[in-house]
Amino acid sequence: MSSLGSSAGTDALIFKPMPDLPAPRTTVGVIGWLRANLFNGWFNSLLTILALVFLWKTVPPFFSWAVFDAVWSGGSGACPPGQEGACWAFVFNKFRVLMVGLYPVDQLWRPILCGMMFVLLAAVSIFHLMDVKKVVVLWCVLPFPGFLLINGGFGLAVIDQSLWGGLMLSLGLATIGILISLPLGILLALGRYSNFTLIKALCVGVIEPIRGVPLITILFMASVMMPLFLPVGMEINNLLRVQIGIILFSSAYMAEVVRGGLQAIPVGQFDAAKSIGLNYWKTTALVVLPQALRHVIPSLIGRCIALFKDTSLVIIVGLLDFLGMVKASAQDPEWLGHDAEAYVFCALIYWIICLSMSRYGRSLERSRQQD
Amino acid sequence: MSDMARKPKEETTEPQEGMIQLIGVHKWFGNFHVLKDINLTVLKGECIVICGPSGSGKSTLIRCINRLEEHQQGKIINDGVELTRDLKKKSKIRSEVGMVFQSFNLFPHLTILENLTFAPIWVRKTPRAEAEKIAMQHLERVHIPEQAGKYPGQLSGGQQQRVAIARCLCMNPKIMLFDEPTSALDPEMIKEVLDVMVELATEGITMICVTHEMGFARTVADRIIFMDKGEIVEENKPSEFFDNPRWDRTRLFLKQIL
Amino acid sequence: MIKGGRLVALFVQMAVVAGIISLGYLLFINTQANLEARNIASGFGFFSVEAGLPISNTLLPYTPADTYGYAFLLGTLNTLYVAFLGIITATIIGVFIGVARVSSNWLVAKLAEIYVEILRNIPLLLILFFTYGVVLTSLPGPRASLIPFPGCFFNNRGLYLPRPLFQDGFGFVVLAFAVAVVLSGVISKWAGKCRDRTGISIPSGWIGIAAVIGLPLVTYIALGRPLTWEVAALKGFNFKGGIVLRPEFSALMIGLVLYTAAFIGENVRSGIQSVDAGQIDAAKSFGVGRGIVMRRIILPQALRVIIPATTNDYTSLVKNSSLAVAIGYPDMVSVGGTIIGQNDQAIEIIGLWMAVYLAINLFVSAIMNWINSNVAIVER
Repeated sequence: MSSLGSSAGTDALIFKPMPDLPAPRTTVGVIGWLRANLFNGWFNSLLTILALVFLWKTVPPFFSWAVFDAVWSGGSGACPPGQEGACWAFVFNKFRVLMVGLYPVDQLWRPILCGMMFVLLAAVSIFHLMDVKKVVVLWCVLPFPGFLLINGGFGLAVIDQSLWGGLMLSLGLATIGILISLPLGILLALGRYSNFTLIKALCVGVIEPIRGVPLITILFMASVMMPLFLPVGMEINNLLRVQIGIILFSSAYMAEVVRGGLQAIPVGQFDAAKSIGLNYWKTTALVVLPQALRHVIPSLIGRCIALFKDTSLVIIVGLLDFLGMVKASAQDPEWLGHDAEAYVFCALIYWIICLSMSRYGRSLERSRQQD
Repeated sequence: MSDMARKPKEETTEPQEGMIQLIGVHKWFGNFHVLKDINLTVLKGECIVICGPSGSGKSTLIRCINRLEEHQQGKIINDGVELTRDLKKKSKIRSEVGMVFQSFNLFPHLTILENLTFAPIWVRKTPRAEAEKIAMQHLERVHIPEQAGKYPGQLSGGQQQRVAIARCLCMNPKIMLFDEPTSALDPEMIKEVLDVMVELATEGITMICVTHEMGFARTVADRIIFMDKGEIVEENKPSEFFDNPRWDRTRLFLKQIL
Repeated sequence: MIKGGRLVALFVQMAVVAGIISLGYLLFINTQANLEARNIASGFGFFSVEAGLPISNTLLPYTPADTYGYAFLLGTLNTLYVAFLGIITATIIGVFIGVARVSSNWLVAKLAEIYVEILRNIPLLLILFFTYGVVLTSLPGPRASLIPFPGCFFNNRGLYLPRPLFQDGFGFVVLAFAVAVVLSGVISKWAGKCRDRTGISIPSGWIGIAAVIGLPLVTYIALGRPLTWEVAALKGFNFKGGIVLRPEFSALMIGLVLYTAAFIGENVRSGIQSVDAGQIDAAKSFGVGRGIVMRRIILPQALRVIIPATTNDYTSLVKNSSLAVAIGYPDMVSVGGTIIGQNDQAIEIIGLWMAVYLAINLFVSAIMNWINSNVAIVER
C-alpha cells in the first residue's frame, strides 16, 4: 500500500502512468495528413488544386492511350491510321530487332545466352549475393565469353559487326566502356595527382580538353579522324573506332571523379604506409585506391549511368544501337505513324535500367556507411 | 488512491507579466501521444529545471512554449497571450522568448557580432550601431568580447554556446528557454556555460531549463520538474526533490543519474 | 604524395615524353600519307569556297552562294545563341523545380520528384527525338494553326510570333529601362544604409520591380507608343512575316531546357537541404520572418553548394547543344559535319569544334567562378 508520508524512510508512491489517448481525429489518419501536407494555408491549398487539375488533364488521357484503347497484338494491319490508342503490337513485332539489331535469326541463341549471363551477373551484384571483389572479377571476365558468343570464332559462325545493333549493342558499348575507362581513369587520376610535373601536365592535357568538348566531337574524331592516323591501307571497323572514342571520353570523367576521391584521403595515410615500408605501387593499390574509390561510389555510379545514356549518341556516327533501332523501326513503311509508341517503350527501358543502377549505387553507399 | 496523490489541475489566478501557464496540454506526433495532460505554471523570475529520461517529452514541452511545435489540446498562455494559430502573435511572442539549443545553432556564415545583431536588426528594426553596442555589452556579459569578429567555426563549443546565450539576451527576452544546453559539450566546457546560466538566474530572468546537470538544478532552481513518458510525474523544490522524492519513478531516475 | 627517387623520377618522365613524341611523330607521318592517298586538302582554304549548302534557321541572312567559312560562322552563332538562351531558361525552371522539391506541399514535391527522376534517367537524344518527331509534328498544319495568344500561331511549320517594329523614340524606352535598372540598384544600396542607420526597412525590392516595369512603360506611353507589330499572315499554304521559331529550334530548346532543369533542380534542392534545420529553428525562435530566413540565412549558404554544381550543368548544356545535328538544327556541329561530308577536311573542322567548345566552357566557368567568389561565404 502506498503512504503519504514525507520522511526519507517511507516507501515511495507507485506512479500510475496515464494511458495513451488517441489523437484528435482531425490531426491523424487521412484527414490529418491532408490538412498537414496538402491544405495547410491558402497558398498550399491553391497549389494543390492546380496540381490536381494538371493531373486530371494528363493522367487519364495517357492511360486511355497507353492501356485501355491500346492494341496489343496483330500484324501490320492491326493498327489502322486514325486509331485512338497505342499500337503495342508494333513494339512486339519489332522486339527482336530492337533487342539485337540485324543479328541473324538462326543464331539468336547466342545473344540470348549472353544476355542471360549479363542478367545473372547483374542480379548477383544488385542482391549482394557474392563478395564485392568476386563480383568485380566476374564483371571483368564477362566480356570475353560475351564477345566470343556474339562475334564468333572457335567454331561459331562469325557474325559481321555491321549486323550488331539494338539494346545488345548499347549494353555492350556501355559495359566495355565502363570496364576499360575505369582503370584508365584511375591511371590518369594518379598521374594528375602525382608529383612528376611532366606526367601531371600530360594527364591534365588529356583530361581537360576531353571534358571540355561534347561527346559527338570525340565520336566524330574516332570515326572520321582515326582512319587517318593509321598506316595507309590499315582499317579498323567503325564499331571498334566508336568504342575507343567512348572509352577515351569516359576515362577523362572517371579520372576527375577518382581525383576527388584521392583528394579526400587524409595525408596521414601516406605517412603510415611509408612507415611500414610500402612502395608507391603497393601503397596505391592497397591503401590509397580502396579508400578513394569507396569515397566516390555514388559519383562513379552516376558516371556509369551517364555513359549508358551517352551510348545513344552512336546513331550519329552510323551505328544502330537501341535508340537507333527504335528510330529506324519507326520509319518502317508498314508501320508508319507509331513513333510515340516506339519512343515511350524506349524511354521505359532506359528508365528501368538507369533507375536500377542508381538504386544500386544508393544501396552500395548505405552498406558502406554501415561498415 | 493514486488519483488522490496526483497533483490536482490548477486553474490559475490572473496572469502576471512574464508568466507561462500550461493548462491540460496534450500533444501528439501522428498517433504517438507525446505530451499527456501537462499542467504547469511558471511565475516571473522563477528558474525551473525539467529533467527526465530521454523520450519523456521535455524538449517537446519547451518547444511548444515558443510555438516551434504546436499542441493539439489544452491551453498555453505565454505572457498573457494564448498561443493559437495566429501568425502575428507568434512572431511577437517569439521575440520575447529566447531559446538556447543543444547544438548551439549559430549562423555559420555570419561573424559572432553579426549573429548577435541579426535578430535585433530584422525583428526589432534596431539601427545597426545601436544593435552592435548592445551586442558588445552582452558579449562582455558572457565574458568573450574579443571573439566578436570571428566566425562560429573558429570557436570552441563552450564559447559557441555562450555566444548563443548572448544572442538571446540581445533581444531582451522576458523568458529564456534552455534545451539541454550542455549536453553537446566536452566536460571541461560545461562549467563555463553553467556559470553564465547561474549568473542569469541570479539576475532574475525567468528561465526554464531542460538539463541533466543536477548540480546546477540544486543550486539555482526554484522548482524541479520530473517528466517521464510525456507526463509530469513530480514537481518540487530542489531540497525536497533530491532528498524526499515522492514517487517510485523519481527515485529510480535519481538513482540512475546521481 | 609519394615521390620516387629523383633519378628514377627523371628517367620515368623522360621515357614517357620520348614515348609520346615518337607516337606523335608516327601519327603525323601516317596522317600525311593518308591525306595524300585520299586526295584531301589541308588548311583552311576551303573557308572561302562557295558552300552551296541550304541552311535555314540562321540568325544572319544567308544564301547558298555564301562561303563555307560564313556558313560555319553562322553555325557557331547558333550554338552560342542556343547555349545562352538555354542557360537562362533552364536556370529559371530549375530553380522552380528545386524549390518545389522542398515544398511543404506533398503533391507539389512529389510531382517535382517524378519530373526529376524521369528526365534524369533517359537520354537527352531520346527527349529530342520525341519532342521533334512526335510532339511538334503532331501539330496541325498552317491552315489549322493553334492560336495560344492573339497574333501567335503554332503549327507544324513552327511557332510564329509577331515581329516588333521599333520606331523613332523607342531608343528612349530602352534608355528608361537601363536607367530603371541602375536606379533600383542604387535604391537598394541606399535602403540598406538607411536600415543600418535607423532600423526602418524600405521595400526596395518592390520599388525596384515597380521602377523597372513602370519607368519604361511611362516613357513608352509618353512618346506615343513607338512600337508596332508585324503579325504573321497566312498567304497560300504558309505564313509569311513575323518571327518564326522553327520546330528544330523549338525541339532543341525544349529538350535541352527541360533536361538540364532537372539537374539544376537537384542542385538547388541539395543546396537548400544542406542548411542545417537547427539554424532555421533558431531564426524562427527569434521571430524572424520566413522571407528573411530564406534570403539571409538559407540562400547565402545554399548558393555555396549550388553554384559549383550548376557550373557543371551549364557546361553540359553547352556541350549537349551539339545534339542539334540529330534533329537538323544547323548548329556548329551540324554545319561542320555537313562540310566534312563534302570535302573530308575532318581535322580542321574537328579542331575548330574543340577550340570553340573549350573557349565557351572556359568563359562560362570563369563567369561562374567570379559569381562564386562574390557570393561565397568566408570559409574560416
